[in-house]
Amino acid sequence: MTPPLLGGEEEGQSNASLVASSPSIDCISSQNGLGLKERNYLGLSDCSSVDSSTVSSLSEESKNNMNFKATELRLGLPGSQSPERETELCLLGSGKLDEKPLFPLLPSKDGIYSSSQKNVVLGNKRGFSDTMDGFSEGKFSGNPGINAMLPSRPSGAQPTIMKEVPTKVLQERSRVTNVTSPNHVNASNNSAPAAKAQVVGWPPIRSFRKNSLATTSKNNDEVDGKPGPGALFVKVSMDGAPYLRKVDLRTYSAYQELSSALEKMFSCFTIGQCGSHGAPGREKLSESKLRDLLHGSEYVLTYEDKDGDWMLVGDVPWEMFIDSCKKLKIMKGSDAIGLAPRAVEKSKNRN
Amino acid sequence: MSSKRKKESPESDGSTRASNFPDEVLERVLGPVKSHKDRSSVSLVCKDWYNAERWSRTHVFIGNCYSVSPEIVTRRFPNIRSVTLKGKPRFSDFNLVPPNWGADIQNWLVLFATKYPCLEELRLKRMTVTDESLEFLALSFPNFKALSLLSCDGFSTDGLAAIATHCKNLVELDIQENDIDDKSGGWLSCFPETFTSLEILNFANLNSDVNFDFLERLISTFSQDLTANQCSELESAFNNCKNLRTLSGLWEATALFLPVLYPACSNLTFLNLSYAALQSSELAKLLAHCPNLRRLWVLDTVEDKGLEAVGLNCPLLEELRVFPADPFDNEIIHGVTESGFVAVSYGCRRLHYVLYFCRQMTNAAVATVVQNCPDFTHFRLCIMTPHQPDYLTDEPMDEAFGAVVKTCTKLQRLAVSGLLTDLTFEYIGKYAKNLETLSVAFAGSSDWGMRCVLDGCPKLRKLEIRDCPFGNAALLSGLGKYESMRSLWMSACKVTMNACRLLARQMPRLNVEVMKDEESDDSQADKVYVYRSVSGPRRDAPPFVLTL
Repeated sequence: MTPPLLGGEEEGQSNASLVASSPSIDCISSQNGLGLKERNYLGLSDCSSVDSSTVSSLSEESKNNMNFKATELRLGLPGSQSPERETELCLLGSGKLDEKPLFPLLPSKDGIYSSSQKNVVLGNKRGFSDTMDGFSEGKFSGNPGINAMLPSRPSGAQPTIMKEVPTKVLQERSRVTNVTSPNHVNASNNSAPAAKAQVVGWPPIRSFRKNSLATTSKNNDEVDGKPGPGALFVKVSMDGAPYLRKVDLRTYSAYQELSSALEKMFSCFTIGQCGSHGAPGREKLSESKLRDLLHGSEYVLTYEDKDGDWMLVGDVPWEMFIDSCKKLKIMKGSDAIGLAPRAVEKSKNRN
Repeated sequence: MSSKRKKESPESDGSTRASNFPDEVLERVLGPVKSHKDRSSVSLVCKDWYNAERWSRTHVFIGNCYSVSPEIVTRRFPNIRSVTLKGKPRFSDFNLVPPNWGADIQNWLVLFATKYPCLEELRLKRMTVTDESLEFLALSFPNFKALSLLSCDGFSTDGLAAIATHCKNLVELDIQENDIDDKSGGWLSCFPETFTSLEILNFANLNSDVNFDFLERLISTFSQDLTANQCSELESAFNNCKNLRTLSGLWEATALFLPVLYPACSNLTFLNLSYAALQSSELAKLLAHCPNLRRLWVLDTVEDKGLEAVGLNCPLLEELRVFPADPFDNEIIHGVTESGFVAVSYGCRRLHYVLYFCRQMTNAAVATVVQNCPDFTHFRLCIMTPHQPDYLTDEPMDEAFGAVVKTCTKLQRLAVSGLLTDLTFEYIGKYAKNLETLSVAFAGSSDWGMRCVLDGCPKLRKLEIRDCPFGNAALLSGLGKYESMRSLWMSACKVTMNACRLLARQMPRLNVEVMKDEESDDSQADKVYVYRSVSGPRRDAPPFVLTL
C-alpha cells in the first residue's frame, strides 16, 4: 500500500492520517500550508492531568487576525523527510474564520471546503490543516492510552467539611450506589474521576424531566443505533478547563461552524486571567505573550468515535463525523500525538 | 341544574335568628366567594351559613386525596362543577415513593358520575390515572370542559385519544410532566375536524407524530396559550400569533429556529425553555424580543451570561426557574453559579418566585439577591451536591437562608440546600412567620433544628424532610402541630417505628404511614408520611405501606 498521503491528495477527498515524530507542539494551520513540523504523538502517556492544570495562554487576538508561525506540523514516516510548513495558530486565531479556521477541518467528500493548498506529505503523518487539502485516507485512531488523558475530574475524596452526622446519614440511610462522599465542586483537578454519590431522588428533578433531558442529550448511537432527528449533544472537554461543555452537533452544518462555536466557548480558558465574562484586556497582547503563544502549546480538536478511538476532527465528511462522534476534546497538540498511527490501519480495515 | 335542597333546620325555639334572609339569598350572596379558605371561614360561622356555603359551592379543592373520602365530599357539596385533587406526597416526583402507592382517581370518578353528572373541570396532581379512568371520564360527563393532569401517571395516549374523541365540549386540555406511555401519535387527530372549542392545549412532552396541519389549524384559533412540540413547521403560524401569552414545549430550539419566534414574543408573559438547551447568546437574542416576560423557565446551559441577559431584558420578571441540564453527570459540566443569580436580582426587582439549581453558591450572593428582591414568596435553592458549603468561605450556608427569612417577610415556600446546621432552622423558626411549605434535604445537626421549625412557624402546612439527623424527639415535638398541617414527610432520618406508633396512638385523627426499605432493620421507620384525615386510615393501602 502506498504510504498514505504521498502525493495522494485528491481534491475533495478527505482523511489522512498523521504520524508525529517530534515532540514539539505546534499548531496546525490551514491556509498557508507551507511547511510541516514533526509532532510527537507518542507523548500520550504523559497524563494530561498534569498538564491540564496549566492552561496555555493562547492569544485572544484571534479577532485581530494574528498570525502565529510557530507551530509546524511535520509529517512523514519516522526518518523520512518532511516538508516544512508554516502553520498558524489555530485555536483562537479566528479573526477571519475563512482564512484561519480554528480547527482547520476537512472538506467533505464533495469538496465543499476545498482549500487552495495542496501539500505534499510524506509518510502517513498529516497536520490537522492538511485535512483541508483533501486527503483520502481513512480515519486514524488514537492510541488507546489516550483515554488516560481525559481531563481529570473533581476529586471524590472526602471533603474535610463533611459533618459527621450527615455523612453517616448519607451513607447509611440514603441508597448510595457509589459510596463516596459528595464531591466538593471546587475540588481541584485531581486524578480520580469522581464517583459522585448517586443518591436516590437527588437532585430533586421530576422523573419526567429527567427522561426528557436524557432523550435530548443522548448520543446518536444510543438512539436506536442511528442518529435521530433530534438534538445530538456531545460533551466537549478541553485540557485545563475546569468544566465541560455540551454542544448540539446538529446545530452546525459544517466543521467551520463547530470550530468557531467551540472557540467562543473555550476562548476564556486559554487566556490566563480571563474570567467567565471574557477578559477586557483581550486586545492588548503583549509581545512577550505573543512569544509565549508562538512557542506555546496549541490545541487540536479530537473526538471519540463509536469504537472508542480518538481521532482528529476533520478527517471525514461532516455527516459521517456527526454520525460517529461521541465526545469532543480539545487537546494540547502534544497530547494528541498518538492519534495518528492507527488511522491508516483503521482506514484500511474499513476500506 | 342544582339539586334542590330541603330545609334542614327549623328555627330553634326561643332564639331569634340574626337575620331573616331566605337561604336562597344567602346562597346567592356567597356565590361569588371563590377562595376555598374564605369558604371555609364562611362555613364556620353558623349552621345556616354552613348550609348556604355548601349548597353554593361549585369548586372543591382537596389538597390530599386521603384526607377525605369521596363520599364525604359528595355528601357535603351537592353542586360541584370543578374538582382539584392532589394525591401522592411530593417526594414521589423524585422516586422516593414506590409505584402502586395509591392515589387512584377511579373511585372518585365513579362517585362523581352519579353525584356530579354536570362536572366540568378536573385538575389532578400526582394522582394515578388509568386509560380506563380517562375513558370513563370522557363518557360520563357530557359537559366536561377542562382536564388538567400534572405529574400524574398510569395512562397512555390511548386514554388521551378517548378524551379527544368523546369530550365534545372540551375547552382546556393541560397535560404536563406526566409519566405517559406514549403509544402513538394518533391521539391528537381524534379531535373532530370541526373542533373549535379548544382554547388551551398543553402537551409539551409527547414525541408522537404530530400532524402539523392539524396543529396549525388549532393554533390559529388560539388567542391565549400555546405549547407546541416541533415548532419548526409552525413558522407561519407564529407569524399570526401576535397575542401569544405563553410559549412552552420547545424541545429542539436551535439558533436556526428561535428567530421564528421573535414576531410572536412581544406579548409573551411566560416562556418555558426548560427542555431546550440554549446557549447564552441564543437566549440573549430571544429575550431582547420579550420585554413583557413575567415568568421564565430555562436550562442552565444558558449559564451566568444568559442570566445576565435575563436581568437586562426582562425588568418585569416575577418568576425564574433554572433547571439543570446534566444533574446526574459525573463530570462537571458548567451551569449557573451565584453570579448569574445575583445578576438577575439586579435587573429583575420584582422577582418573587425562584427555583435555582446550581453547583456553587455563597452566603453573600444570596444575601445580595434578597436585598435586591425582598418580595420573595417562593425561594427554592438547590445546591446540587449535598452538604456543600459556601464555596468561597467554606462556611455553612446558614447565613444565606437566614438572610432569606429575615428579609422576605412574605415567604410562603422555602427549599433549602447546602451545608446547613441547626442555625438555619433557628432562623426559620424565628423569622419565617408566613411560611407554609418547607423542603429540607441533607441538612441540620440535631433534633433541635426540626423543633425550631415546628415551634416557630405558625402557618406551616407541609413539611418534607429527607436525609436529616432528626429523630424521635423532633417528630414527637410536633404532636400538637400536625393536625393543623396538611402533611409531614420524613425519610432517611432517625425516626423509629416505636415513635411512629406512639404518634399514631396519641393522635387518632392523623394517619401515620410507614414504608420500610428492604435492608433496614425492624426498628427503623425509613419513610414516614403523616397527614390529617377525616376519613380514617386508608383502605387501599398496598402491602408496603404500614398504617400505624
